[in-house]
Amino acid sequence: MRLGRVVGSLWSSVKTEQLEGVRLLLIQPIDEAGANAGRTLIAADAIGAGAGDTIYWCRGKEASFAMLPAAVGADAAVVGIVDSITLASAG
Amino acid sequence: MRPWWESWIQLRSRARGDAVLIGRVIGEVVASAKHESHAGQKLLLVKTLDLDDRLTGAPYVAVDSVGAGVGDRVLLAMDGWAAMTAVGRPRSPIDAAVIGIVDSVDLAD
Repeated sequence: MRLGRVVGSLWSSVKTEQLEGVRLLLIQPIDEAGANAGRTLIAADAIGAGAGDTIYWCRGKEASFAMLPAAVGADAAVVGIVDSITLASAG
Repeated sequence: MRPWWESWIQLRSRARGDAVLIGRVIGEVVASAKHESHAGQKLLLVKTLDLDDRLTGAPYVAVDSVGAGVGDRVLLAMDGWAAMTAVGRPRSPIDAAVIGIVDSVDLAD
C-alpha cells in the first residue's frame, strides 16, 4: 500500500455497472513527510474517507478485494484513514 | 483446486516485475478506521534500499508478518498474493508485506 491525501471526489453517472454505488475519490500519493509522490489517481473508497484525510491505498487486483463481496473492477482502493505516522528518529 | 484469481495474480506480477525487495522500516502507521483484513496487523512504513544501503523513493505501507521494528532491514514482498498469504489473509486488499528481517547481505565483489 501507499500513503495518500484525499484531494477530491468524482461523480460519474454513465459508468460500468460494477461501479454503481461506489464512491470515487481523487487521491494524491504522498511520502512520509506529506510531499507529493506521484500522479493524482482515482480510487474506490472502501472506508468512508473525506477530503483532506491522510489515507493509505491499495493498488492492483487486490484493491477490488476491499469491496468484497461486491465484485468491483477497481484497481485502486482507499483501505485506511491514517491517525498518525511515527518515524524513526532522524539518525 | 486454487482459486482462478491466484494464478492470474501470479501471471500479472511476473509481467509487472513485482519481486521481493530489501527495505528499511522508517516508521509505523496507526489507522483505527481501516479494512477489517488489516485489523490486528502492524502497519510498517518501509522504504526500499539500493545496494549502497541508501533509501530510495516514497515509502510503502506494508503489513508486518514477522514482528519487524523501526530501523530493521527487511524483506518486502511486493506482490499482493504473496503479501496476503504471508499474513494468512487471502482475498484481502493487501499488496505489500514485510516477510523477513535481513541479518546480512554478502555482495559478490
